[in-house]
Amino acid sequence: MRYFLIGLLCLLPMFAQGAVATDIADDPVTERRMMLLAEKVRCLVCQSEPVSNSHSDWSKDVRQIMRDKMKAGATDQQILDLLVERFGKSVLFDPPVDKETMPLWAAPFVLLLLGGLGLGYQLRKRSSVVQEAELSAADELRVASLLNETVSAQTRASNPMKDPKA
Amino acid sequence: MMRFILPFIIFLVLSVFLYKGLGRDTREVPSPLVGKAAPAFVLPLLHEPAQQFSPKDMQGKVWLLNVWASWCGACKDEHPVLMALASQNILPIVGLDYKDKREDGELTLKKAGDPYSLVIADMDGRVGFDYGVYGVPETYVIDKQGMIAYKLIGAVTAENLREKILPLVAELKAK
Repeated sequence: MRYFLIGLLCLLPMFAQGAVATDIADDPVTERRMMLLAEKVRCLVCQSEPVSNSHSDWSKDVRQIMRDKMKAGATDQQILDLLVERFGKSVLFDPPVDKETMPLWAAPFVLLLLGGLGLGYQLRKRSSVVQEAELSAADELRVASLLNETVSAQTRASNPMKDPKA
Repeated sequence: MMRFILPFIIFLVLSVFLYKGLGRDTREVPSPLVGKAAPAFVLPLLHEPAQQFSPKDMQGKVWLLNVWASWCGACKDEHPVLMALASQNILPIVGLDYKDKREDGELTLKKAGDPYSLVIADMDGRVGFDYGVYGVPETYVIDKQGMIAYKLIGAVTAENLREKILPLVAELKAK
């Protein structure tokens, strides 16, 4: 009985299949090709999600259009070009490097360069500022006596009751 | 002194950028269609499916193409604005009922009023796709030569009508 139940539980995942397989092309080759292409396209109604993963209506439409175009013999590049023409370069997760997107691509390197320059400047300044001053023997003695003086002054100040003058 | 001023300036610059970024709608992507010819299509009218409409029919006119649907919430917000605009008779407003059921679309207009000169039915959304529609409502200003002069993503408000759309329409009409 127990093994029978466990066996039944093992069959449970079979039910999960039915829900996912709603819209797919008739042939698995096109479907696979479409999914690979859809990974490169940003879902515009759901931020940061590729069309291949999204359940939004818009993404479903895009997938269907990709299937239709593929069946009609369009190349992957032609389909991407079509999408860019309609929705702009921001539909691509990997936008082409050109005049318009140059700032986007260059920004990280510019920031890195600026940061590096700033760091270098700070480090150089620090190495010139922080230089251990050499003390002569006489100075050392003076420092020691000054320190002693403040220490005894402090003890006197903090214990006014014991001050002999009081 | 420089030690404090420089970080403060950097802080200010960053704050300005971040603040601007905060107020931006990330859904709004610049449309590549602005400045290009409005994609051609032939679609049946919503009310009389036997009749067809093509953007070519509007040649020589400045017109609005307003993409809407009965299932779209923001369309209800812009509906009174469109009604007010229609009553001023400034320019023809063509409604495109996007991915909708014919009965639902007709019922919505019957209940809330019909601001459109004519309504076309894009039931499978293919024409919407050609126009780069990814969220309804969207509104296009199309000029006399059939070029898309402006695209608005989201609801038409009295404000963007006054500040952007109507001045542009007046300018395009004068051309």
